[in-house]
Amino acid sequence: MYHYLEKAARAQGRKIGSEALIENVSRRSFIGGVLKTSGVVLALQVIPGGVADAFEAYPTGAAGMPRGVVNDPHVFVAIDTHGLVTIVGHRSEMGTGVRTSLPMVVADEMEADWSRVRVIQAPGDEPRYGNQDTDGSRSVRHFIQPMRECGAAMRYMLEAAAAATWGVDQALCKAKNHHVVLLKEGKTKGETVETGTRIGFGELAKAAMSLPVPPREKLAFKKPEDFLYIGKGKTPIVDLHDITVGAAVYGADVRLPGMKYAVIARPPVVGGKVKKFDAAEALKVPGVEAVHEIEGFPPPAKFAPLGGIAVVAKSTYAAMQGREALTIEWNDGRHAGYTSTSYREEMVATARKPGKVIRNQGDPDAAFAGAAEVFSAEYSQDHMAQAAMEPPAALARIVDGKIEVWAPAQSPYGTREDIAKALEVPIENVTVHVTLLGGGFGRKSKCDFVLEAVQLSKKLGGAPVMLQWTREDDLQHAFYHTTSVERIEAALDKSGKVVGWRHRTVAPSILSTFAEDSGYQFNIEYGMGFVDMPFEIPNIRCENGQAFAHTRIGWFRSVSNIPRAFAVQSFVAELAHKLGRDPKDMLIELIGSDRKIDPKAAGMPEDFWNYGEPYPEFPIDTARLKNVVNVAAEKAGWGKTLPPGQGLGIAVHRSFVTYVAMVVHAEIDDKGIIRVPQVTAAIDCGLYINPERIRSQIEGAAVMGMSTALYSRITFKEGRVEQSNFSDFEVARMSNFPQKVNVHIIEPTAPAHYPTGVGEPGVPPFAPALCNAVFAATGKRLRSLPAGDRIDA
Amino acid sequence: MLTINVNGQDREFDGDPNTPLLWFVRDELALTGTKFGCGAGLCGACTVHVDDVASRSCLTTVGEAAGKRVTTIEGLSADGSHPVQKAWRELNVPQCGFCQAGQIMQAASLLTRNRAPSDGEIVEEMAGNICRCGCYQRIHAAVRLAAGGV
Ligand code: FES
Ligand code: FES
Repeated sequence: MYHYLEKAARAQGRKIGSEALIENVSRRSFIGGVLKTSGVVLALQVIPGGVADAFEAYPTGAAGMPRGVVNDPHVFVAIDTHGLVTIVGHRSEMGTGVRTSLPMVVADEMEADWSRVRVIQAPGDEPRYGNQDTDGSRSVRHFIQPMRECGAAMRYMLEAAAAATWGVDQALCKAKNHHVVLLKEGKTKGETVETGTRIGFGELAKAAMSLPVPPREKLAFKKPEDFLYIGKGKTPIVDLHDITVGAAVYGADVRLPGMKYAVIARPPVVGGKVKKFDAAEALKVPGVEAVHEIEGFPPPAKFAPLGGIAVVAKSTYAAMQGREALTIEWNDGRHAGYTSTSYREEMVATARKPGKVIRNQGDPDAAFAGAAEVFSAEYSQDHMAQAAMEPPAALARIVDGKIEVWAPAQSPYGTREDIAKALEVPIENVTVHVTLLGGGFGRKSKCDFVLEAVQLSKKLGGAPVMLQWTREDDLQHAFYHTTSVERIEAALDKSGKVVGWRHRTVAPSILSTFAEDSGYQFNIEYGMGFVDMPFEIPNIRCENGQAFAHTRIGWFRSVSNIPRAFAVQSFVAELAHKLGRDPKDMLIELIGSDRKIDPKAAGMPEDFWNYGEPYPEFPIDTARLKNVVNVAAEKAGWGKTLPPGQGLGIAVHRSFVTYVAMVVHAEIDDKGIIRVPQVTAAIDCGLYINPERIRSQIEGAAVMGMSTALYSRITFKEGRVEQSNFSDFEVARMSNFPQKVNVHIIEPTAPAHYPTGVGEPGVPPFAPALCNAVFAATGKRLRSLPAGDRIDA
Repeated sequence: MLTINVNGQDREFDGDPNTPLLWFVRDELALTGTKFGCGAGLCGACTVHVDDVASRSCLTTVGEAAGKRVTTIEGLSADGSHPVQKAWRELNVPQCGFCQAGQIMQAASLLTRNRAPSDGEIVEEMAGNICRCGCYQRIHAAVRLAAGGV
C-alpha cells in the first residue's frame, strides 16, 4: 500500500515527504520509561468507545453502482514517519470541492491535523477504490459512509498500534490531533484523563499500517459535536493555492518529452463521414508533421469518436493552422435534415396529442371531462452545450503495448474500460491519470476526446500526443442537453381547486446515444421532475410523446430537471395568477399535506427512478419540500412591496434527492434588461460536509441558471450547429449575473437526513423563479428558454 | 529571431511571428498557467500582461509582444503573494479554477491603473472574463478586497 501511494505520488510529479519508514528507537525507549514509572494503566476500567455512537449504517444507491464502495484505509491512507498523512481522492474534481471534502471526512474521523494532510488523485481503478463515476451529485451521498469508516478504522489501527507500543489496553489510547494520547483513570470512576504521554501518527505509521482493518462493529465514530472539519466550512479546497499561482494541472497542461499536439476536423453533421480529403496544403504548414483519418461511429455509439481528419504538429497552433488548410468533402448522412425551428414545431404538435402514459393516478380523463375549466401552458427549451471553460483535451501515449492517458475525466474507470474495448487490449494495459477538470457539467463523462487521443497515438506508433478541442469543436460536437416541449394542463373545479393534472413531455432522449432510438425517454429522464411531481392532486397523468434524436444527446448539469422544473414551477405561478392567489401560497397548497409520497399509490411507474437511491431512506418528503419554500420565502421577505419594474419569483424543486427553493428578485433596468439583484436560496441536503462549498455551488448554479434562462442556446440548421464560440453561444458574464446569492442551508433534524447531493440541484429552480419574478415585475410571461435578457416595454 | 521578456527572462522564438502568444507560452515555454478557453478574445482565460496591461494572449501575436515585457500568472508574484492572489484565497473564489488565472491577471491589471475601482469599473473591466462555474459574486468581492489591501 505504502509503495503504491508512493508510486502514485511520483507519477503525479510530487514527492512523498519521507522516502522510507525509519524506526525511531530513542523515542520508543523513552515511552517505555514513562510506562514503567506510571505502572497503573492496565488495570483501568474504561467505557468502550462507540456505544453511544449515532452513526448507524444505512443503505444507499452506491451498492447499485459498478464496483460499489471501498472503505479500506490501506487503500485510501498512507502515513510517513514524519507524520505526513496522504489521503487518496478518488472522485474527479471539477469545481465542486469533492477532492477536498471526501479526504476531509477521512481526516476528521482519524483525527488527522489537516495542515499535515496531503491529497493525491487516484487513477481510474474502480476495483481498488470503488466507483469513480463523478456524476449525479452523488460523491458525498455514496462515499460519506465508507470514508467515515475508513477514517475510523485508521484511527482504531493507530490506537491499537499505540496500545501495543505502550503495552496498555487500547481503551486507554485515544487519537487526538495527529497523535495518540495515553489516558489514565480520573477522579470519578469510569472517567479518564490524559497522562500527557503521546505518540505522533508518524511514529505509529508502520505498526498501524501492518494491522488488519477492524470490522465495522469495532469502530467508534465521532459524534457531530466532535467533528473538526465536517460541517465547519473552514477548510479551503486543497488546490486553492495552486490555482491562484497557475500551478494547478488540467487536461491540456501535462507535458511529456517529445509530445505532439493535435486537433481534429470532425464531420459537421453527426454520423457524417469523410468522402474525400486533401492534406497537401495542411502538410505545408510549418510545424505540421502528419495528417491521419480518425475512425468515426454514427450514433448510437455511446462515447465513440465522431471521426474526421486529425492534424498532428509540433504545437497546438501549427495543428490548428494545418486544420484550416485541409480540404474535406463530407457525406452528411441521415441527420442532415435536422433543423431546430421545424423540429420545435413538430414537438409542439406532438405535445398536443396524447402520448405514452408513464404515470397515472386516479381518473384524469374524468377529472378533465368534468372540469369547470381547463388551464394549459407550453414551455420549451433549446439545446445547450455544457461549455465548461476547459475545452476537452487529453494526452495519450502507448509504450510497449501499455496505453497511458492523462485526461480531465469525470469517469476515469469508464474511460479506461472504453479504451480497453476500443483498442481490444486487456484493461490492465490501460492507465488513466486524472487531472483537474476545468469544469465538467456532464461533458467530461463522455470520453470521446480521450478515445480520439488514444486512436491517434496508436497511428503515431505510440508517440505522446495532446489532443486539443477548440471552443468551436466543443460547441459543435458536444453531447447536447436535450431540446424539449413540456405541456401542462390543469383541470379546475368550480371553486378553483386543481382536481386534475396532465403533463406531456416531448424531448429527444439520452438513450439514443446508447441504443436504437425509440423516440421515447426512459426511467432516468422520467424520474427528473416528471413522474415524481409532488403535488397532492387526486388525478394525475404524465405522458411522453415521441421525439427522435438527430444529434448526440447527453447530460448537462441537472439534466431533465431543468425543463421540468421550469415548466412545473412556472405553471404554478401562472395558475396562481389566474386564480388571484399568491404564488407561494399556491405552491404550498399544491404540495399539500406532510407526507412521504408512496410512489405506488401515486401511480408512478414500477421502474420509478429515485436517483438510484433506495426509496425508504431517500423518499419524496413533502415536509422538507415545503420547509425550503418557507425558509427561502421568509429570508427573502416574500410579500414585501417592491417598486414598479421589480418583482419576486419563487420556485422549488427536488432533484438528486436534495430540496432547493429559490426566490429570485428581478429588476428591469432603464434599458429593458432583466437584472437579478438578489437570489435567496434554501437547500436541504441532509447532513452537510462543507457548507462553504455548498454555498459556492449554489452561487454558481444561480449563474448557470441565468445562462440557461436567458442566454445559452444551441440550434441546428440542416444538421449543423449554428453557434461557434462565446460570441453566439452566450453565457452569463459579470455584466449581468445574480449579484447576491444568499444560501440558507437547512440543519438536518433527524439522523435519517442523510447527505444527498449538491453539485446539480441548485440549477433547476433558478429559471422558473426568475421567469416568475419577471412576470411579477412586468406581467410578461416567458415560456421559452433561453428567453433573452431584454424585456421590451 | 524574436526576443520576448517573459516573467523577467528573455526568451527567444524563431517561428511564425503570427503565432499567438498563448501557444508560445504554453507549448514552447511550458508555462501552462495561462489557459486556452476560446481562442477568439471572448473569454479572458488566456489573459497575461504585456507591459503591465492585461492582454488576451490568444489574440496577441508573438510578433506584437517582441521586445516587450510579458507577465503570466506564474510571474505575477514569486510566491502567490500579490494582493489579488491573496484576496482570491481569502474569499475562496475558485470552483474548478480554470478561468482564474485569467481573472486574476485581469484584476491585477485593473488595480495597477486604478487603485480604487468603483463597482461599475470592476464590472466593466471583468466582463470579458467568463467563469462558467459562476464565481462572479466572489470575483467581484475579491477585486474590492484586493483594492483595499489584504
Ligand atoms: S482564450 Fe483568449 S480570450 Fe478566450
Ligand atoms: S472557476 Fe470554473 S470557470 Fe471559473
